[in-house]
Amino acid sequence: MRSLNRRKKLLLLTVGMGVVFFGIYGLGILIPEEWVAGSFLSARQPPSLAHPFGTDALGRDLLLRTLKGLSVSTTVGLIASGVSAVIALLVGIAAATGSRWMDGAISWLIDLVMGVPHTILIILISFAMGRGLKGLLVGIAATHWCSLARLIRGEVLQLRSQQYVAVSRKLGKSSGWILIYHLLPHLLPQFFVGLVLMFPHAILHEAAISFLGFGLPPEQPAIGIILSESMGYLSAGLWWPAVLPGLTLVLLVLLVDNLGEQLQSLFDPSSAQE
Amino acid sequence: MALEAQGLSFRYHKNQPWIIKDCNLNIQKGQRLAVFAPSGHGKTTLAMLLAGYLEPTKGQILLDGKPLPETGVCPVQLILQHPEKAVNPRWRLRRVLEESGRLSEELLYAFGIEGAWLDRFPRELSGGELQRFCVARALMSGADYLICDEITTMLDVITQAQIWHVVLEEVRKRDMGLIAVTHNHHLAERIATETLTLPTDFSGTLPPLHP
Repeated sequence: MRSLNRRKKLLLLTVGMGVVFFGIYGLGILIPEEWVAGSFLSARQPPSLAHPFGTDALGRDLLLRTLKGLSVSTTVGLIASGVSAVIALLVGIAAATGSRWMDGAISWLIDLVMGVPHTILIILISFAMGRGLKGLLVGIAATHWCSLARLIRGEVLQLRSQQYVAVSRKLGKSSGWILIYHLLPHLLPQFFVGLVLMFPHAILHEAAISFLGFGLPPEQPAIGIILSESMGYLSAGLWWPAVLPGLTLVLLVLLVDNLGEQLQSLFDPSSAQE
Repeated sequence: MALEAQGLSFRYHKNQPWIIKDCNLNIQKGQRLAVFAPSGHGKTTLAMLLAGYLEPTKGQILLDGKPLPETGVCPVQLILQHPEKAVNPRWRLRRVLEESGRLSEELLYAFGIEGAWLDRFPRELSGGELQRFCVARALMSGADYLICDEITTMLDVITQAQIWHVVLEEVRKRDMGLIAVTHNHHLAERIATETLTLPTDFSGTLPPLHP
């Protein structure tokens, strides 16, 4: 990868991400339930050509189950981080452009939400919303906006004090015009990088909460559920149900994280030419 | 037709010293005023007050007997000392100019702005090149009064002369009022019809420089 420059690397990563996402989605939808339903004749088989990830205690093929699980996980991650990033953008702009009272209230709220450990807060919200997909989505979306909102608030405050914004006002431009044409072009890179970097967090939290039993129901093939089930068999020497799906999750997360970092350095004018 | 300051006073906070106190000033259209003061005595503050960038603590700014309009294109335009701060770094320069209205080919030619510069980003131009854009932008807004806050202080003499030559020509042609804040007495002699030296015009005492 050394000989490639950042733009090419980013393009490759983006294409890779696209392939992985659509592949996972497509497989998640296309793989019929019957394939995942296994038979006890083939239970607890280590990885082989017929079953690259092996089979679990109920004889289900773990590769298929992992792919189906990732499809659920990426849906959760995408929706939750998307909603969270939009909340962050709106809250950040509101805090920076609103009254001093509003800024104080929003900053206090951000401190409050950041002060409580995420996992506990998601468990509480998910539990209060009746668990399942809905509870998990609301829980993750409601907890991940804080640091991005704070970043955007700071950015807007700094931009509003720029001389070119004052000049624009004296050239007869309204506040709305200035927000759209002067501020948003500076905020969008922050927004997209924040969104992409939020996705791994969301997906890991989804897995963690499901693993702990407060998220998705056990019959859904989510990664967290697979990992949670595999715990019972680890001591019996069944390493593959934990290791291989876990590694797949880590790979996906690393890919998205890397994409976010490449985006960040491209959008940042001081490192864009490196 | 006049831009007036009546009993103009300014300070940032009521615990802080006055930066400008009881300043009176009157400039007619067609007049060109040079403002002198040592560093730190409120030249830029005065320029910002006159152009409406800051609200006076006491006193008022009147344009033809009325306060400065709060919406719409301001008829008093300020050109700032640092052009690189006065343009959006993410905008191409064509857009920077178009913010104040339609491009005037004639003015671009007079300032020696080349067509290729219009498609560049501010980072890709030098300070002198950028300042031409800022001056052109202020002139293209159709302002009646132009306030120049040390606009050529950081430029070499040839560029200074070029820029001032075009500014003075436009000011004469459109019968504009001009206030030039400067340290340079030779420059003031060439461009101004009258001068104002800030400390002597105060009725109060000067604020300490470093309170």
